[in-house]
Amino acid sequence: MATVGCVRANDWICPAYVSGDADAILAALRQHLLLTLGSLALAIVIALPLALLVRQSRTGRLIAIGIGGVVYTIPSLALFVLLGPVFGFTSSLPVVVALAAYDVQVLLRQVLVGLDQVPAEVREAAVGMGYGPGAMLLRVELPLALPAALAGLRLAAVSTVALVTVGAVIGSGGLGSLLYAGFQNDYHPQQLTALVLVVLLALTFEVLLQGAERLATPWQRAGRRSA
Amino acid sequence: MSLFADTGVWLGDLAHYRGADGIPARLSEHLVITAIAVGAAASLALPLGLLLGHLRRGGRLVTAAANASRAVPTLGVLIIFSGIASIGIGNRAAVVALTLFAIPPLLTNTYVGISSVDDDVIEAARGMGLTGLQTALRIELPLGLGLVVAGLRNATVQVIATATLAAYVGGGGLGTFINQGYGQQDYPQVLGGAVWVAALAFAAEVSLSIAQRLVTPVPLRAIAGEGSSVRRDRA
Repeated sequence: MATVGCVRANDWICPAYVSGDADAILAALRQHLLLTLGSLALAIVIALPLALLVRQSRTGRLIAIGIGGVVYTIPSLALFVLLGPVFGFTSSLPVVVALAAYDVQVLLRQVLVGLDQVPAEVREAAVGMGYGPGAMLLRVELPLALPAALAGLRLAAVSTVALVTVGAVIGSGGLGSLLYAGFQNDYHPQQLTALVLVVLLALTFEVLLQGAERLATPWQRAGRRSA
Repeated sequence: MSLFADTGVWLGDLAHYRGADGIPARLSEHLVITAIAVGAAASLALPLGLLLGHLRRGGRLVTAAANASRAVPTLGVLIIFSGIASIGIGNRAAVVALTLFAIPPLLTNTYVGISSVDDDVIEAARGMGLTGLQTALRIELPLGLGLVVAGLRNATVQVIATATLAAYVGGGGLGTFINQGYGQQDYPQVLGGAVWVAALAFAAEVSLSIAQRLVTPVPLRAIAGEGSSVRRDRA
């Protein structure tokens, strides 16, 4: 391998490193994306039914939010390793599960906020039009709760992308592993490239989910046009 | 599962509570790093948040900073700071990085706490002849103090969490047990360290929540609700 100047000089910014190691960088990016999407999917699958389960019960809400709050206080690395006895100490599984647990807390709150915001008149109108509980939920309440839920998903996604990085120290792979290996080998271009890609990936989620929120609230755009 | 029993044994072994590598020494390293970082961040963010909140300007900038900081991986900043020779490896790199991460929660909560004081109250203060500075210090600060302390709580819990990662860049603290335990495949030590980290974060959360409640004026407590703050981040 021809050693290019910036690689030899260990410069922070080094295009030759990026083009030379493109395969490894892309593999790390893919793994990072997979871990993020895995956590988010797991969180959605848990948070949505949980929100429907506890929404009518004050005690249920307090318990769910309370347990979530305690889990949310545990620092990520500590939570990863505390899940080790169940999910293994050196795999990506505890990372996915731990980050999903944080995300459940964010999503649950936001879905409940969204459902609580549905105006009573809208519910009455739906009942008057003959909507049963199932149709009410699927065609009235959930669509109206969607913007708040998507805002929660956006928050969860951005912080999950950043936190997946921490998983590298227990060997979960992803961009954090690139970063950590760069640290152990004192290789600057690898460190900065990994950091920049994590931020870019987080911003991509931010922008895409902001777009989704806009699509989910057509009435706001209609209002603005007529105003 | 003997792993749990072994972790109990590790946590209960008095030998682990002595010396420079002992739990008290690592705990105090962790606390000192956290205190310096939160203190430095507060000395910057609190006056700035008070000023911007009083002027009710820069809200977008404050929010943007908070949003941007959420996308930045803490481990990445710790590692890169420790690689910049002028900052240096170990404690100093960690303290500088942690300070940066403590600023957004402090700034956001202070700004929101101060700027959301009721307009009528401010007007009444003006009407009574209070100057801008007097209004800020005697009216806005006491009324917004609950959220200011909430910012302090969020920042402290976040810094305690991030300080765990400092062990990986030679910064010491309770994360050392996790890092060291992995190196030696000594999982009771890993779990014992994690238990201490979680307990510390939890203690900070609970004690500062109580402090927040105590400094919130009684009539505002019901409105603010338990544990209210501007969105909290994980680290």
